[in-house]
Formats: sequence, C-alpha cells, structure tokens
Amino acid sequence: MSLAEKYPQEVEKILAKYPPEHKKSAVMPLLYLAMREEGYITKADKADIAKLLDMTTTEVSSIVGFYTLFHDEKAGKYRLQVCTDIGCALRGAEQYLAELSDELGIKPGETTPDGLVTLEEVKCLAACDKAPMFQVQSGEGIQYHEKMTVGATLELIETLRKEAK
Amino acid sequence: MMKYMLLRHREIPNLNQIDVFLKEDGFEGFKKALKMDTNAVTDEVKAAGLRGRGGAGFPTGVKWSFMDKNNWPHYVVANADESEPGTFKDREIMESNPFQFLEGVAIASYAVGANVAYIYLRGEFWEVAHFLDEKIDEMEKAGFLGENIQGTDYSLKIYTHLGAGAYICGEETALLESIEGKRGQPRVRPPFPPSQGLYNKPTVVNNVETLSSVPYIIANGADRYREFGGTEKSPGTKIFSLSGRVKNPGNYELPLGSTFRELIFGEEYGGGIIDDKKIKAIMPAGASSSLIVADDKALDTPLTYEDVREVGGDLGSASVIVIDETVEMDWLITKTLSFFAHESCGKCTPCREGTYWMKAISERIHAGEATKADLELLHDVAKQVQGKTLCALGEFSTMAVVTSIERFPEDFEAKVYE
Repeated sequence: MSLAEKYPQEVEKILAKYPPEHKKSAVMPLLYLAMREEGYITKADKADIAKLLDMTTTEVSSIVGFYTLFHDEKAGKYRLQVCTDIGCALRGAEQYLAELSDELGIKPGETTPDGLVTLEEVKCLAACDKAPMFQVQSGEGIQYHEKMTVGATLELIETLRKEAK
Repeated sequence: MMKYMLLRHREIPNLNQIDVFLKEDGFEGFKKALKMDTNAVTDEVKAAGLRGRGGAGFPTGVKWSFMDKNNWPHYVVANADESEPGTFKDREIMESNPFQFLEGVAIASYAVGANVAYIYLRGEFWEVAHFLDEKIDEMEKAGFLGENIQGTDYSLKIYTHLGAGAYICGEETALLESIEGKRGQPRVRPPFPPSQGLYNKPTVVNNVETLSSVPYIIANGADRYREFGGTEKSPGTKIFSLSGRVKNPGNYELPLGSTFRELIFGEEYGGGIIDDKKIKAIMPAGASSSLIVADDKALDTPLTYEDVREVGGDLGSASVIVIDETVEMDWLITKTLSFFAHESCGKCTPCREGTYWMKAISERIHAGEATKADLELLHDVAKQVQGKTLCALGEFSTMAVVTSIERFPEDFEAKVYE
C-alpha cells in the first residue's frame, strides 16, 4: 500500500505546507512517515515517495543516505542513541556508554538478541548540561532521556520490553 | 527590574500557555508592529543594534533591510537547527517560552512582507516540533496567525520543518537546500539569502534566540532594549550555554559585557570547577572555538563580540565549554575532529579530506603512535584548510587544532616521539 493510501490525511497535510510547484520539499516529512511502521524505509517506500513528488528514486535514496536519522536497514525496534560528543564526554558519557554496553552485552552498532534495542553512539544532541544522555528513536518518533545512569537506563529498557510484548 | 528578557519562563510559571502569555503582555510587540510601517519595524531593530545570536553576530535589522523588494514572495526562516556541540539554548526557549519566539517570527515576517515562515528544527527536536505545531494552532485560534490578522490585511502562516541529523544544516544555505528537499549542502555565495534564498526568493534566516529578542524591542523601543544591558556595540542580553567541567552547567541569561569569571565562577551561575580543580582553557563558541588560555586576563574579558576576539577567540553562539587541568588537549581535538569529519557534507575537497586526515593524525598522536613530524603535519594540514572551504564548517574544524597546538604545546609534545 502506498503512503497516500495508508495515511491520506497526513500526506495531504504535509504537502499543504509547501508551494505546489515545490512539492519536493515534502521528501523529509514523508520519509519520517515511511519509517513509522517498521522503523526503516523500504525500497518500495522510496519509489512511492519519488512518484508522489516527481523525483527519481535515486534522488530520494540520496536524501536517505545523507541524513543520519533516516534508516533503510532494519535494526532494533528502538535505537538507543548515546551522545559521547565533547560536552557529554567531559561529563562522563564515554564511561557511561562503556558500562551500559557491558551490561547489555552488545557493542555500539549491535542489537540485543531479542531485537528490541540497537545501541548507537552519536554526535552532539544539544543537551550538554544534562549528560549522560541519549535519545530513543523508533518509527513513532524521538524522545530525550537526560541525566541518566546505567541503572535508570536498564529500567527504561525493561519498560520498553514490556510495552513491546 | 526584570531579570530576564529571553528566559522569562524562569520567573513566570506556565509561560508556554497562551492565556498566561497574553496576561504577561504577550503579542504586544506584534500588535504594535501591525500598526507601524514595515520599514519602521526594521529601523527599530536596526536602532536596537540586535546582532544575530546564532554565531555570526551580523546586525539583524541590516539583514532584514537587504531583502530584494523587486522579487516576491518573501520568506522568513527560523534557524532552530541548534547543533553546535555545547549549544542548548534554543531548545529551552522553544519548550518554555515558545510564544515569544513565535511572536518574533511573526514580527520579522511582517517587517519583510513574508506571508509564509518556516521553522527548521534539527530532527532530534521531534517533540519540540510537535509542541510548536500545537502552539502555532493556538496562536492561529487566538487571531495572531492566519488570514487578516487583528483586522489588518496582513496574513501569515508558520510551518515547522524537521531536519534529520546533519550539523551542516545549521549553515543557512544548506538549511535552505534541505527545506527544498535536497541534501543539506551549502551554496556558493553570493547570492545571499536576502537576494535569493528559499526557492530562489528573498529570504531572511534568523536564529531562534535572535527572533525571540525582537518582541521586546518593538514593544518597548530600541532605547529601552539598550538600557536592559549590554554594551554600545553588543547591546542586550544573551543566553550563555555553559557546559564542560563546571559545577552547575546550564543556560544563563546575562547582559553582554559580563565576564567569563562571573559566568564560570559566579555562585548563581557556573559555581566554579568540578572538585575545585584548576581551570585550563575556555571554548567560548562550542566545538568550533579557538581554545582560549584561561588566565586572569581572559577570565576578566567582557563577553562581547569585540572583546572575546582580543583574547584570541570568538563569542559565536556563546556556548561556553570549560576545560580544566584534568583534560589533555590531544584528546580534546580527537573529539572535535571526529565531530567535524562526521559532519563534513563532502561538497568541497579541503573540508572533506582535511577533516578526515586531521582526525586520523590526531588519533595517532593521542594513541602515542606519532612522531614530532606528524604533529607538524597536523598543524600544517589545518593551516592549509583555512580560508579554502565553501562554508565555515571547514574553517571551524581547524580552530581547536591550531590554537591547542600553539597555546598548549606541552600536551602534544608529551605524546610524540622524535
């Protein structure tokens, strides 16, 4: 099913934001919409969006490839993205990530065996005063979790695990 | 006397609710602007001397006056990409004082004759964008957006647009490319956005904090704004995002012209260094900063666009990262270079290749696997990148490298062999 069939009102609302002669502007919001269900963008989604916006599939793919929050490969249901950039690193984020990685038994870039969480190390998330921190990205959106400890993170993961069942 | 002009929510609870905002003189600036000639609005902002809070410090009113009046429609774009490591002020404004920001967008749009404005937020601000969408709806219902605003013939729509994880989109022309549905890569300038911006139409791009300063200026006049604080050339207050090795990191709104010492050591502000260690260096503009040696002269330097230059730095977006004696510079630049190598958009060669090689050499030095010649090579590569890149990102990537090697040579010499 195409995005326009699946989410007619939302697609219409997105297109209405931009001048009709510049509907290519809708590519980013539509890619977010395409990720909603499975958390990643399929080949069919790219072709669908390209057709809707009079773009080539290659152009759409180049957008997906350029921006780090667009994914076209399956990962865990939740991507737990820990900032270890300069501000957070000065406040213990690297050690936090190492300990969390040990507790979960996976390295950054890997996914827990149940497919729930992919651990990722990311660049600055503009929360340098609240390190250690991470964001959780899923098809439904992105939430910040700040001033975290390893213990609180493991509790959050347990909550997500229960919700996923 | 009001303490805050921007972080007013710290004194007024629930300021992000429209009824509270209205009770606190909300939209008075916009209402007044709607009765003024558009040029008079721009002139007031010019007279206030407001300078862009995103980093470049360009006079805001002057930018507005550059809009090409022979080419329509005009657009206003709010830059809410906030991605400079060390910067976290715009998010607080949008979450806690959103209407003041939206009022600023509306006034700017009226002044330049734009009927559509976009707010470009970094993709990570997903929740903030959805929150702003609600606030925009409320503003429209209250008659401050939409058709025939407040009984005038002026109409305005504001839309949010989410980025998707790219530091470069904070650069204004890359941001415009991104809204147009392209990869966020900077354009060759000139033309500048006020001549050819979004969809090749005249466009004003202003930072969130800049726009949030505008309502006060219009409601109270340029003179009152200047009286609120700051200096002749750097008037007004500024939000300082303080992070790194300080006891109390956070956002602090201070008049421009306050000193690093007040900000970092003041009891109300940074509260000094963690474990009372010795301060070593200051990065006043996030990862893009030069490293300022934190001696008495630097600590007593007034925080203005002009004065920070005198001690070898730049005020930039005023994201002050504090470095103490426990931090070694060879490690520090592996962090900044890893950031810039990751965020380089790849369009121009000096930046794409330069950041990659600087990162590689810095990691070798940090690992103790480099020679003195490698250190010279790193410095040399950085110097060769300077002045040769399409946008400021490439230039920024070299700042910490060059200044840390020149000002803290002992940290590097201890790591390399002959």
